[in-house]
Amino acid sequence: MLFTSYGFIAFLIVLFALYYLIPKRFQWILLLIADAIFYYCAGWQGLVFMAATVIVAWASTNLMGKSLAQQKAYLSSPSGKELSREERKAFKKEKEKYRKRIFILALVLDLGILAALKYTNFLINNVNSLFSAKLAGVDWVLPLGISFYTFQTVSYIIDVYWEKVEAEKNIFRVALFTSFFPLLIQGPISRYGELTETLFAEHKADFKQISFGLQRILWGYFKKLVIADRLLVAVTTLCGDPATYTGAYVFLGAMFYAAELYADFTGGIDITIGIAQVLGVKVQENFIRPYFSRNIAEYWRRWHISMGTWFKDYIFYPLSVAPWLLKLSKKARKSISDGFGRKLSVYVSTIITWFLTGLWHGAAWNFVVWGLLNAVFILAGEEYKPVATRFRTKHERLVGSFGYRIFETLRTFLLVSSFRILDCYRDVAVSFKAFFSVFTDFNWGSAFGNLLNIGLTAGDYLVAGIGVVMMFTVSCVQEKHGEVRELIWQRKLLPYVLFTLLTIGILIFGAYGVGYDSAQFIYNQF
Amino acid sequence: MTKTKSKVHILAIVCVLIFVAAAVWLLGKLLQPKYMSGVLEGAMTAEYYEETTNHDVIFIGDCEVYENFSPVTMWEEYGITSYIRGSAQQLIWQSYYLLEEAFELDSPKVVVYNVQAMKYSEPQSEAYNRMTIDGMPLSSHKVGAIKASMTEDEDFISYLIPLLRYHDRWNEISSEDFKYMFSRDSVTVSGYLMRSDVKPMGKLPSAPVLEDYTIGDTCWEYLDKIRELCDENGATLILIKSPSQWPYWYEEWDEQICDYAEKYGIDYLNMLPLTEEIGIDWETDTYDAGLHLNVYGAEKLGHWFGGILCSEYGLEDHRGDSELAAAWGEKCDAYHALYDAQQAELEEYGYLKSWTLGDKA
Repeated sequence: MLFTSYGFIAFLIVLFALYYLIPKRFQWILLLIADAIFYYCAGWQGLVFMAATVIVAWASTNLMGKSLAQQKAYLSSPSGKELSREERKAFKKEKEKYRKRIFILALVLDLGILAALKYTNFLINNVNSLFSAKLAGVDWVLPLGISFYTFQTVSYIIDVYWEKVEAEKNIFRVALFTSFFPLLIQGPISRYGELTETLFAEHKADFKQISFGLQRILWGYFKKLVIADRLLVAVTTLCGDPATYTGAYVFLGAMFYAAELYADFTGGIDITIGIAQVLGVKVQENFIRPYFSRNIAEYWRRWHISMGTWFKDYIFYPLSVAPWLLKLSKKARKSISDGFGRKLSVYVSTIITWFLTGLWHGAAWNFVVWGLLNAVFILAGEEYKPVATRFRTKHERLVGSFGYRIFETLRTFLLVSSFRILDCYRDVAVSFKAFFSVFTDFNWGSAFGNLLNIGLTAGDYLVAGIGVVMMFTVSCVQEKHGEVRELIWQRKLLPYVLFTLLTIGILIFGAYGVGYDSAQFIYNQF
Repeated sequence: MTKTKSKVHILAIVCVLIFVAAAVWLLGKLLQPKYMSGVLEGAMTAEYYEETTNHDVIFIGDCEVYENFSPVTMWEEYGITSYIRGSAQQLIWQSYYLLEEAFELDSPKVVVYNVQAMKYSEPQSEAYNRMTIDGMPLSSHKVGAIKASMTEDEDFISYLIPLLRYHDRWNEISSEDFKYMFSRDSVTVSGYLMRSDVKPMGKLPSAPVLEDYTIGDTCWEYLDKIRELCDENGATLILIKSPSQWPYWYEEWDEQICDYAEKYGIDYLNMLPLTEEIGIDWETDTYDAGLHLNVYGAEKLGHWFGGILCSEYGLEDHRGDSELAAAWGEKCDAYHALYDAQQAELEEYGYLKSWTLGDKA
């Protein structure tokens, strides 16, 4: 069931109505039923894999939780208190070892499903090309949102292992946390502690929250259907024929893709958060106007935040304090230099984290290279920091000017758009060739002259242009004043006028229905 | 929230809903194709509801009926009242639902079904579906026709809310869309779509060899339904194969239809071998080299078939009925005026400018 299908809209209307009509204590059960229906519509096979993930998460966290409880109970019991310090330590160690075994087994099983389904063909292809082998690929169905729900479940298992949250005893609640349907398509990858606070709670219909949620859903549909799916046509044309569309076309394609991806992904997240808000569930923000970032590191603190923090919390930090890496770092401090040794663990952790981030986006080398490029530029930024700081101190006035801010913002925007060429062409060699052609093929005249021959009409450009200006304006207002909907809410009838205009705007100018290839959300494939 | 505030919000929500619904309806009317020039076929279905008098004969089927038979000729020569509920690539299930609806509005004594469309046992094209179904008012017949006709990519709801289907026409809106937003001109006379230009039949391509010549189960199922519907309403069903020379009508298909007709005691008239008897001259009586008849061919076929309807099926001559005569008098006037208008265009441009998309027929 696509977010953009009529069936999904009908599904939402029925769900919203039932949610506030049934006794509040059954609300979470209704959500679980809705999840099952939503997921079943994407294919029953997916339900099997998701059920396996839920069972593994529930069983492992409960075993770990039980072990911890036993440990605490025994140590605080009279017989436990009689133990010597060494005996207590040994007892704790034994219990920890048991929990670690459960933890590792759970991770292997959950991540194993993801790895097997998503990366088997990637592995086979690489083995074939490395060893000239002829291993046959597999034709396994990739369950909907597997990367998102697996990461969400893994974070829960880790949090229980780290004793950050308590294990949930009710398997159906674990199932709801794993399968909450608005998050399945493209996240945000939510944490158990944060999401379940409102997910399992009883909710009274709150007019303002429902109104805010509906506004956000509409705004999401506007971005997705009016902007993203319209620009998709041009992006597909330009990226589909890299031999013809070189030079300025590559630049244009990258710009269109930047707008398309932003409208697509943030639009999808707006729909997700809006649905959750109507249901009274609080979901963390996934974007904070990333195109206003002044450097790559800041960009990644603003773009797909839940993924960034997931990798930071569960990969980067544990890696940077991993005993083997600390050992290596110590060795480097002695044998190479103190400065290098100190940085080594951060650098290795950053590179590994970004390698895995790339791989998470897709089982292909273009994503890996994209991830590594981000790592290189983030690390280069770190290295450049002292120079930058000196420059900033020396030219305080210039750096503080609006023009310099625009320069930094544009520079970052162009940089991330350039990296994304790897995503557009899905082939490393083709992507680099296309990128360099921007500097060698000076065909700007013909590219601009051909704007009406790449699948968009003048009217399409006008609509997409107005849409982009609207997105930009909303972002500027958000950057300056915070929540736009609060501002709108203060004007008595404005919410209703905007609601009406947005609905009619989407219905007329949306790229949906027969004649349009109703595009899946781009992040859905990750 | 205070009670007064709640009331204001409720009132505002109701206003928004009413406004959005009205806008959706109006925009749907504006953006829906009008079919008033170029491709006229999409306007045909709706015209039937403008009819004020009863019809003794209802034709159902595809272009092989609405371009090949002249109801005005049958009236002028025999006093037969007939209407062609035809549409482009009308599939048999669409014919069934159109007929079902026709029996509610009309009381035909004879139903004529052209079997050419029985070669299609699955939904074919969204564009043709729309041209047949969009003109039907909302009813159980329309719902049935939609459900039976939808191709994989189509949505049921967009048939009920035209804006959902035609919203992308905002980019190509013309004065015609405003002019015909609420009422349209007639493009046919009693369902007959006239073409008075001539393009002689040349050498037809050879018939492609098919993998399977079996007529699909769905088609038989709907033919059964049509037959039963006629029985229930006391109408005689006649199966015909119109004399269009292309697309090819295979012997194998013909045999299956003959067997069906024999089994149920229905008359089946394959007109392909009867063109000489009908008097069709393929040099002058077709406007597209044998696919469809022009007005000259349609009049000859109307004359021939009208004779059969009178002699074999005992249809009454209504020319003495003043009410019918008045209604048909208007139709005859419109028919002859249309012929004159087409002749004038042929003389001026050498082709039918208003009746084509500009291609020289």
